[in-house]
Amino acid sequence: MYIKTDPSEATQIDPLEMPALCPGAMAASTPWVASPDHQTSCGFPGELVDNWKEKAIEKMGELLTKYRSLKVYLDSCVKCGACTDKCHYFLGTGDPKNMPVARQDLLRKVYRRHFTLAGKWFPSLVGAEDLTEEVLNDWYSYFHQCSQCRRCSVFCPYGIDTAEISMAGREILDHIGKGQKYCNEIIGKVHTIGNNLGLRPNALRSTLEGLEEDIEDDTGVPVKLPLDQKGADILLVTPSADFFAEPHIDGLIGYAKVFHAAGASWTISSYASEAANFGMFIGSYENMRQISLRIRQAALDLGVKRIIFGECGHAWRVAYSFLNTLAGPFDFLDPRYPVPQHICEYTWDLIEQGKLQFDKSKNDHIRLTFHDSCNVARATRMGDKPGGQFEIPRAILRTVCNHYFDMPADTIKEATFCCGGGGGLLTDELMDLRKKGASPRMKALQTVQQEHGVTHMAAICAICKTQFSKVMPDHGFERDSILSVHQLVSNAIILEAPQDDD
Amino acid sequence: MLTTIYACLFYVATVVLVVGFANRIRQFAMTPAPLKIPTMPAPTTKTGVAFRLFREVAFFESLFKANKWIWVFGWVFHMALAVVLIRHLRYFVHPVPEVLTLIQPFGVLASFAMVAGLGGLWARRFLVERIRYISRPSDHLMLALLMGIGLSGMMMKFVAHTDIVAVKAFFLGLMRFSLQPLPADPILLVHLTLVAVLMIVFPFSKLVHSAGVFFSPSRNQVDDSRERRHLAPWAAKLEADRAR
Repeated sequence: MYIKTDPSEATQIDPLEMPALCPGAMAASTPWVASPDHQTSCGFPGELVDNWKEKAIEKMGELLTKYRSLKVYLDSCVKCGACTDKCHYFLGTGDPKNMPVARQDLLRKVYRRHFTLAGKWFPSLVGAEDLTEEVLNDWYSYFHQCSQCRRCSVFCPYGIDTAEISMAGREILDHIGKGQKYCNEIIGKVHTIGNNLGLRPNALRSTLEGLEEDIEDDTGVPVKLPLDQKGADILLVTPSADFFAEPHIDGLIGYAKVFHAAGASWTISSYASEAANFGMFIGSYENMRQISLRIRQAALDLGVKRIIFGECGHAWRVAYSFLNTLAGPFDFLDPRYPVPQHICEYTWDLIEQGKLQFDKSKNDHIRLTFHDSCNVARATRMGDKPGGQFEIPRAILRTVCNHYFDMPADTIKEATFCCGGGGGLLTDELMDLRKKGASPRMKALQTVQQEHGVTHMAAICAICKTQFSKVMPDHGFERDSILSVHQLVSNAIILEAPQDDD
Repeated sequence: MLTTIYACLFYVATVVLVVGFANRIRQFAMTPAPLKIPTMPAPTTKTGVAFRLFREVAFFESLFKANKWIWVFGWVFHMALAVVLIRHLRYFVHPVPEVLTLIQPFGVLASFAMVAGLGGLWARRFLVERIRYISRPSDHLMLALLMGIGLSGMMMKFVAHTDIVAVKAFFLGLMRFSLQPLPADPILLVHLTLVAVLMIVFPFSKLVHSAGVFFSPSRNQVDDSRERRHLAPWAAKLEADRAR
């Protein structure tokens, strides 16, 4: 339980506090390498190929002709230093290779050596280097210390996005047989089973039925969570963590209650039972496309009219920004609705139309703030106006909760910090990095704890929720201080009990 | 002899600059951007994107958000350089339009601002540990080159005047392929040599950021992915291949 401190006693906490440079501090932080099975399930060579140097340069050359972002970003950096203090992993670790420009330079120095005149003729002058085993190890280590949150790209005068660089780096690593276990194992599961957890249709069905019973016991209202219901209007695609993890599952209950209150016809698909798309984390267009096509197929098979995504940050990026490209056109869906929609857009529409009723006092034990998930904030939109991705979740929270406070302005909205576990880094062997990377957000949370007595933080991303429930105890918060946005909706929504027919 | 050498130097430098830079722009333009990746919130219309790029180029909007010191030095340097360059147009046109005559005093003032801005940026490369860490010799050389051009130019204005009428005749001559004698003034020769080096280095260095900013997908894309399907040619081909 939180005890409010006297503001005069509050220590000055600076979420943007600059660390001292500690070269090599995180050089040993590496995720586990994918096994041959995991590699081949994603279409990559099983282990490090013999001629990996040639293959890596060849792949880099190919990517340079396929991605304008990579070409322009590698060429345009002037080393001005604007990004150097913007990465949460740098702020948390002090390792200079976690400064965005230095992370990019790991790839850029090899690019310069092999693809530019200056690097071929005057390598030491322009910092060009050959690809050696040492450089390869640096790639593996530091491209897995980037959560692809795009915070650096907001501040770069040329919009250089380190996410594009780390995605290209991981794509190269995958193609020479040195992929990351966590991502590639999960992608393999989606290709074969349909979700990150490997949850099969029967298990999913019994999970959803169990939830229906829980909700009815709790509220007396028979709220349904339909699975594979042909002819439903809405296909809900949500991260599979929503089916079992806390607080994710309370968010799922919230979506179900909203659909129920709106009288909507909706369904989950067991074939596309995953909103997450780790294909993005490894920069693989092909894997990302295959995963996205499952959603298209499910929408066609079930004959739905709309697609709505649940609370998941990078999933919403792939959905909002890439789905139309990867799996479109969606001309078979109802043209009156954007494809896809976010559950927050759906809920907010209903609130604006006055179709949902709430008892805000149900959340009175909570003093709330909101964590803008990085992918939602800097890579997507909600609603029809730029910035809707900031305003709509806040508007929902203010509708269902009496005590809402924002964290410091330079740590939210477009300047938001990553939770520290995004971009395919949410794996136990990277726990040290995850804890350090979470510190800027945790410090920002501590400031509103001191100033406003904030007790809880809401998020709209499965990764954020898992990450925070793991790292919050280290920063003096209970692990259940992280909440789903639709969990707060669920707490406050008023459902009409069914009329008794007898 | 001197005239011939410098004439050749400037012909070569001009060709390298124009061809090299055009080639770089062609590479940027020809490389497809397969996915929609504007840094959000982003404009939802093309006009909005034009405004975003204008703010980026004219005011360095993102840099302003990032770091006020880098912004003030960088912005002052670039704007001053622009004024100085415009002022120099008078050596390449005859007769000189009145507008150009009017801005001459501002150009002279701008030279101080330009050198001050460069000095600030350079100082940061030594004084700020993070920026020292990311600086390579070429980053220092580029600043040295620009500083050398600025200082040698100012010396001709404030310390030792050169025969500017002859210099103008030389450049007008170059443009008409008729060689006119170039004064053998050491400061002038240093100034011109450094300018020619800058022109030659330009397309092969980080100075291509001047084109890169317009081609950056995170800045130049419209936020309309739900409304319009965006498909790169290679992605369309991949789709067709997989469908077969």
